[in-house]
Amino acid sequence: MKTAGVILAITLALALQTTLARFVIRGTVAVDLVLVVVIYVALTSGPVTGLLSGTLAGLVQDALSSGVIGIGGLAKTIVGFLAGIIGTQFIVAQPLPRFVVFFGATVLHALVFIGLYVLLDLRQFPSPVPAVTGQAVGNAIVGVIAFHLVELLPGAVERRRAARSRIRR
Amino acid sequence: MALLDIRQRSGYLFLAVVLGQIILISAQVNSHTGVPVLEAVAFGVFAEIQRATSAVVSGVRHGWSGYIGLRGVRAENDTLKRDLAAAQIQLQAQRALADRSRGLEQMLQLRDRSNLSTTAAEIIADSATPDFRTMTIDKGTRDGLRSDMAVLAPSGIVGRIVVPSARAAKVQLLIDRNAAAGALIERSRAQGVVVGGGDYRLRMEYVSEVSDVIVGDLVVTSGIDGIFPKGFVIGQVESVEKNGGAYKRIVVKPAVDFRSLENVLVVLTPTPAREAGQAAPPEQPGRPASGGSE
Repeated sequence: MKTAGVILAITLALALQTTLARFVIRGTVAVDLVLVVVIYVALTSGPVTGLLSGTLAGLVQDALSSGVIGIGGLAKTIVGFLAGIIGTQFIVAQPLPRFVVFFGATVLHALVFIGLYVLLDLRQFPSPVPAVTGQAVGNAIVGVIAFHLVELLPGAVERRRAARSRIRR
Repeated sequence: MALLDIRQRSGYLFLAVVLGQIILISAQVNSHTGVPVLEAVAFGVFAEIQRATSAVVSGVRHGWSGYIGLRGVRAENDTLKRDLAAAQIQLQAQRALADRSRGLEQMLQLRDRSNLSTTAAEIIADSATPDFRTMTIDKGTRDGLRSDMAVLAPSGIVGRIVVPSARAAKVQLLIDRNAAAGALIERSRAQGVVVGGGDYRLRMEYVSEVSDVIVGDLVVTSGIDGIFPKGFVIGQVESVEKNGGAYKRIVVKPAVDFRSLENVLVVLTPTPAREAGQAAPPEQPGRPASGGSE
């Protein structure tokens, strides 16, 4: 059931990223919704689910992007795994810590993604700092809002606590 | 102890997944034999999801706009926009024709290539990741589309088709970091290559330091790449700097506003260079691939 939920969330994020973003912000896509979903899943479900959802989302995104299949997957796998570990080791329940995690995870993702492309001499990224910073802020804002919205649902906090205690056990 | 087990298992799993993806990346980097099968299959399948999502979103959007009113005015506006787009394309074709008529080529071999055969397509999705500048259109191989066909907008060059599936095609925009087009300065005929920068600006490279280029010059396609027809507008020179080396550093502002594109035209007529490379073009279902007159 949880697997189906994660797959559905990733598919929805991909569809939104490729379709709705064009209508909402007219092509200036500063938010990677798929990455936001991966970090969210990792924080709420732990490192294993995080890394598997990162792998799945990244590979699908790579396959749809004309890039080298695996680079985005690898970047999202690492981010999903580390975000999952942070979610189980620290209390990430307030907006500020969540913002920091989303921001840091996006920067790490960009480091791995851009680093691999440059290392393999496949693409050049002249002055990537403003773009990465903008995307990190955008992802962090969307991530914090997503957490807040989900927690507004009835019984969501209790379900999350129960899931977290299952992971710890 | 249980916690340690989970951590160890997740660590092994993490290493296995990372290793698998490194092998996957290595396999692709070493071989450049066209589009990977995984990419083609994933694109074909996901294009249908994109089509469905786009249809739902467009339906809601259009329904809401229609509900608000001005339905008659909107329909009229759409018709006028289509007419204007067709007129602008025709104008560009005429400009290309007039341009060619000035050259030696026409004096020696008069060839009318202004009648480009095109098919209109609607954009149904943008790129799946912000790092690549691609978009998906709602026409595919069933409509006669093939790889490396030029994609135009009324205001200028948009990009080229990179992955066509049966009912959709992925278009690499000219502003993508991996995109390039043969170009020349319309006024001085200085030749170069326009490449994408990943943002909404283009760079014109390999233009000699002694070439005559000034801010405001119009940059048009040179046609030497075999993809884009000659004489179509790419953009306007925004800045020219001396590089210190053999070439100028030129920034070009694209003529097309990539942020507000909704419909495009795909050129079905092969360029002379592509035509020369294809002695016998493969037959496509649907409309013929070549519509230009010789």
